[in-house]
Amino acid sequence: MSENVNATSCNDVSLPRRAALLGGAATALTAPAVFGQPTTNIRCGFWDHWVPAGNDALRRLCAQWGERNRATVGVDFITSVGNQNLLTIAAQAQSRSGHDILSFPAWEPAVHARMLVNVDDVMGRLTAKYGAVTPAAEYLGKQDGRWVAIPAVSGTQMKPACVRIDLMQQHAGIDIRAMWPAENRAGPGADTWNWETFAVAAEKCNRAGFAFGLPMGSFTDAVDWVGALFASYGANVMDERGGITVRGNAKLRAAVEMCVRIARQLPNDVWAWDDASNNRALISGRSALVFNPPSAWVSARRDQPAVGAQCWTVPVPSGPEGRFVGYLPYFWGIWNFSRVQGPAKELLEFLSDRASAEVQTNTSAGYDIPPFLSMNDFPVWANEGPPVGTVFNYPIKAHHNARTSVAFAPAPPAMAVQAYNQALNTKLIARIAQANETVDQALGWLERELNTIRRGG
Amino acid sequence: MPDSMTAAVSAPRGPESGAGGGLRRLARRRSTIAFLMTLPLICVIVGLVAYPAVYAVYLSTLNRRMDEFAGLLQFEILVDNETFWLVVWQSCLFAISAVLAKALIGFWLAHMLHHIPTKGQRKWRGMLLIPWVIPPALSTLGWWWMYDPTYSSLNWILAIFAVPAVPWLGEPWWARISVILVNVWYGAPFFMIMYLAALKSVPEQLYEAAAIDGATSWQRLRHITLPMMQNIISITVLFSLIVTFANYDIVRVLTNGGPRDLTHVFATYAFQVGILSGNIPRGAAVSLFMLPALAVFAYFILRGVNRRNREMA
Repeated sequence: MSENVNATSCNDVSLPRRAALLGGAATALTAPAVFGQPTTNIRCGFWDHWVPAGNDALRRLCAQWGERNRATVGVDFITSVGNQNLLTIAAQAQSRSGHDILSFPAWEPAVHARMLVNVDDVMGRLTAKYGAVTPAAEYLGKQDGRWVAIPAVSGTQMKPACVRIDLMQQHAGIDIRAMWPAENRAGPGADTWNWETFAVAAEKCNRAGFAFGLPMGSFTDAVDWVGALFASYGANVMDERGGITVRGNAKLRAAVEMCVRIARQLPNDVWAWDDASNNRALISGRSALVFNPPSAWVSARRDQPAVGAQCWTVPVPSGPEGRFVGYLPYFWGIWNFSRVQGPAKELLEFLSDRASAEVQTNTSAGYDIPPFLSMNDFPVWANEGPPVGTVFNYPIKAHHNARTSVAFAPAPPAMAVQAYNQALNTKLIARIAQANETVDQALGWLERELNTIRRGG
Repeated sequence: MPDSMTAAVSAPRGPESGAGGGLRRLARRRSTIAFLMTLPLICVIVGLVAYPAVYAVYLSTLNRRMDEFAGLLQFEILVDNETFWLVVWQSCLFAISAVLAKALIGFWLAHMLHHIPTKGQRKWRGMLLIPWVIPPALSTLGWWWMYDPTYSSLNWILAIFAVPAVPWLGEPWWARISVILVNVWYGAPFFMIMYLAALKSVPEQLYEAAAIDGATSWQRLRHITLPMMQNIISITVLFSLIVTFANYDIVRVLTNGGPRDLTHVFATYAFQVGILSGNIPRGAAVSLFMLPALAVFAYFILRGVNRRNREMA
């Protein structure tokens, strides 16, 4: 921490909050700091990582920063199982008390924007050093022109395709490893990796008994891959101002028809799949392709080494409007009731720098994706295996010509979050593919649901 | 009341009158003691029931950002929304069918148990109560593994008999049946134990008199057992209806409301709208919607119980 920051922390928050409350504010503010003792107490609530080592990385980094800056950094890890993290965020927002720094899942910074500290200064310094952040992170983290939270490394994931090399070759005739090698170049046939090719491959693999494992329920994996497909067709259902763009939208209709075509080639119970069902489909050897971060491959490597050795991560197919990959980030935000806002910003800046980001990515076996495009070259993605290089194409590389996507963007996040969590895009497809409604009937339903969301503001 | 206390309460004012004496007299009153003894319970009810309920009403009158009073807007929006009416229908279907099934199965089990000799009865009673004593989130997880799309043990058994795999949670009607089945499995033992207690309290002489009169077993059930158990049946159904209407964990674990919102109940939909979608006022409005329906149920059922009690008195 710079001298300037030290001065800030000493003047503003010379004693821990609880000590100040116990001893009386006046006394606390004038009490001299004991030399060598921590003077700042920061409470952090980070996401409890799927990969256990992921927590250790953050704990170590926080301790390291605390030692350097004479601060005590208390770290809690809050699980997302049972939405415990969402309940914690809601409770702390209501009671205006709790942690100073909290991990916020994708939509939460927008929901609590008015209670979060402006971090434009931190993001300004970080982008000056590392370049632009991925656009989807900006859409979610920047509200009304100001950054309300910092796109986090820990917990942030993308959802490219994890393909079974052998099954895809055998049943669909696609050499996926040659198409997307573990190098900074596209292989032969990469330009044909689009949704049309994908739908044909889905049909062939399904016929062979290895249907693609694409969830169509209401969990994030389902909403994200359908969102990426819609984005690649330019199929927005709401514009930036919240106007509904369903009626007469040819791009939306084309996306829906392609998605229905693919959905008809999936197992008949995908409508109830959760975020773990696709992992199980891959690991059990029943599926030739899933859209998932490397966690599915990591589990396969552990539980079914033969399956793990045949997995290869490649970009999502492209559509008429480009290639989009599902992006599900976490953010680090500082509550505006925190009394250690300055030091908290310093800590988050430290956690976001390149060295810290690499530690987090390495300890999560490449799962964690930094928000800065310039950091997509960590060696971990090239070295992980077997097969070596299997997750090379997990982060976006220049030759992918891809962008990150968040389902229901560019709608105002306050409205998009409702459509996302109610999984309106997968339900739209389910109405046609499962309930045999016509496309027009299903689009009419979607329009009414969006109107309901819009009415509430 | 003991005589000494009666004497103390009714004693004339003595030299100890004044503030201290007043307090002592107050402390000696039965109503004061009763109030003090129930105070912890009152605090719990106020803190954990009344305050959250009032706060939920307050929340439901705000706009989404929770910075302006919006009156009944959230309720108006819900009434206009077809998904919400689907949730209402589904909640009623779930609660009514589950409670009916639990009541019938519980009644049947109670009868079976009642006719087992006392020694063996205890063993069966303990075993049949197991579903009810396991935390529902855990037992539901067990059911979920049985329904699981990839590794379903039920489908594995069906496959042995060459029966095609059933999408237990992926097809709307199977999903509805699955969640109701789990609720019935979990809740039937409660009915069983309540009905068993009621059966044991029916005087044996009534059955003996009926037997002398030549009553059939159906007539004994119709004219003795059911009338004698009516109050317990009513109270149990009311209690279970309230709990089943407000059920959350079974649907959340098994289907998360899907497919296509066709298994959502009030609590899961309120959570999805309120917490997951960041619209706490509308989530509060959803959860408050079941209040009038349950109040009407409670009113009629409790009125019947009171009427019967008066008649019996």
